[in-house]
Amino acid sequence: MNSTKNFVQNENLSVGYVETQYYTFAKPPNELKLDSGEKLGPITLAYETYGKLNKNKTNAILLCHAFSGDAHVAGINKDDGSIGWWDAMVGPKKAFDTEKFFVICSNIIGGCKGSTGPSSLNPKTKKPYALDFPVITVKDIVNAQKCLIDYLEIEKLFSIAGGSMGGMQALQWVVSYPDMVRSVIPIATTLKHSPQQIAFNEVGRQAIMSDHNWNNGDYYGKTIPSKGLALARMIGHITYMSDISMKEKFGRKIKEKKQVFKFEPDFEVEGYLRYRGDSFVKRFDANSYLYITKAMDYFDLLGEKKLNEVFKNIKTKFLVIAFKSDWLYPLYQSHEIVKACKMADVDTTFCEIESTYGHDAFLLEVEEETHLIKHFLNKIYSEIEE
Amino acid sequence: MEDKNIRLDYKIIIDIIKPDSNVLDLGCASGELLLLIKEIKNVRGQGVEIDDKEVFSCVEKGLSVFHGDLDSGLKDYSDKSFDYIILNQTIQQLRNPHMVLEDALRVGKKVIVGIPNFAYYKARIQIFFNGRVPVTPALPYEWYNTPNLHFLSLKDFLEYCKKNKIVVEKEFYIRKDKIVCCLPNFFAEIGIFLIRK
Repeated sequence: MNSTKNFVQNENLSVGYVETQYYTFAKPPNELKLDSGEKLGPITLAYETYGKLNKNKTNAILLCHAFSGDAHVAGINKDDGSIGWWDAMVGPKKAFDTEKFFVICSNIIGGCKGSTGPSSLNPKTKKPYALDFPVITVKDIVNAQKCLIDYLEIEKLFSIAGGSMGGMQALQWVVSYPDMVRSVIPIATTLKHSPQQIAFNEVGRQAIMSDHNWNNGDYYGKTIPSKGLALARMIGHITYMSDISMKEKFGRKIKEKKQVFKFEPDFEVEGYLRYRGDSFVKRFDANSYLYITKAMDYFDLLGEKKLNEVFKNIKTKFLVIAFKSDWLYPLYQSHEIVKACKMADVDTTFCEIESTYGHDAFLLEVEEETHLIKHFLNKIYSEIEE
Repeated sequence: MEDKNIRLDYKIIIDIIKPDSNVLDLGCASGELLLLIKEIKNVRGQGVEIDDKEVFSCVEKGLSVFHGDLDSGLKDYSDKSFDYIILNQTIQQLRNPHMVLEDALRVGKKVIVGIPNFAYYKARIQIFFNGRVPVTPALPYEWYNTPNLHFLSLKDFLEYCKKNKIVVEKEFYIRKDKIVCCLPNFFAEIGIFLIRK
């Protein structure tokens, strides 16, 4: 009963049924130049939009998804009925209020949710790219998004927001196209990937590559490396949670009544990880896993620059959000973003949210995030409306 | 100031601040003062606050605020980054007020400090006659729930400035929302100082 009631309530605040759209560009000979020096084209981006773009095109917000996300951020997908990954945050009267703002979200290049990635057909060979897909960076991902924003004829985005890898894209936008970003909301993210973050990603990649079925990336139309991909996801899930959230969610609970003293998944946490691993295999491409994690690992907004130079002369307003129990993207990384803002005299608000959810908090702490984001956006919106 | 409802200590601080300046309010609580300064003096304001609920109130008011503790937050700024740094009813709650004051005087061209007076005559009476730690409107807490870590008098603060070669440009003394003119260390509950190095 309860869930039905909730569903109806949610539906009232939902953007309703939505359809994914596609935009194809960078057709030869105008391919997108990549960080690596290679070229990619044609490129298709899958994207969704919610709300209405106003006359002056000043109310557009770009949401950037995290590692395994997609363009379907809100509402109910027309084809499969799935609910968007940040539906609690995007809709009428929600944090990203679709009565006020025009919200855009696109699947990143390298992904497998409708945008061009390693599982897409290589026009040269008429076969999936697999490992012929060029190595991409967060900068490349943002450059592709920029083409979509240009196509939508938006000169300046009202805001860009994202958690985790979505936050990296948001920060990259500010650095690559400072005049196009009025405000930015980087959540649970970093200026550069740390050795620990790279290490976890590498273990995930090794899990995939050591699966025989991976076959050097050439597995399309054959048996997929499901064991390796599931294992990679299991490792990932451990890093997204926290000691406390696991304790709260599973404790030492055992699935059957008594211990069987076999290597079966008798603890609930084991069952959960296996379930998560197996369900991920059904929706994600192993090669995309390799390319996207590598893009994250290459992410270093500082490079040779000093911290006080990275946001120099930037007029974008920042709302930086971090979570206390996040050990994958620890607080010090958000503090560093804030420090860079302070040094560059950038108008910034920073909040650490008390949460036990670990890195996953950015998807779950809806109430606190809504409060912060809604007021932050409203304030800036009232300034431009004047 | 037109609005008569503004607390006297706020009025004094707002009066000190020149229009269109750059202000950092350390320990800005819910942002009430900072919002007034922004509205009346059109300043660029930034708050710092450690309590998450207060940070949320600041964001609600449309203020820019950093969530964090003051004992470490000033290090990142270069010299004279702000026209004014406000430490209103804050330094007595810091772990290391000396360090924060030194940093504030480095980062701010001028610093506004507001403190409760531990040597207010009613506090003296409570200690002397009752043998109790004082509880006054400016020091409203019991010993077991006070956020105040340091207890100082107005005289103590002026001595501190002298010893550290800090220039006191202006000083104001308040009792019950009125200015105190004579014997402030005895009759004033609150002191507000405009200082610089």
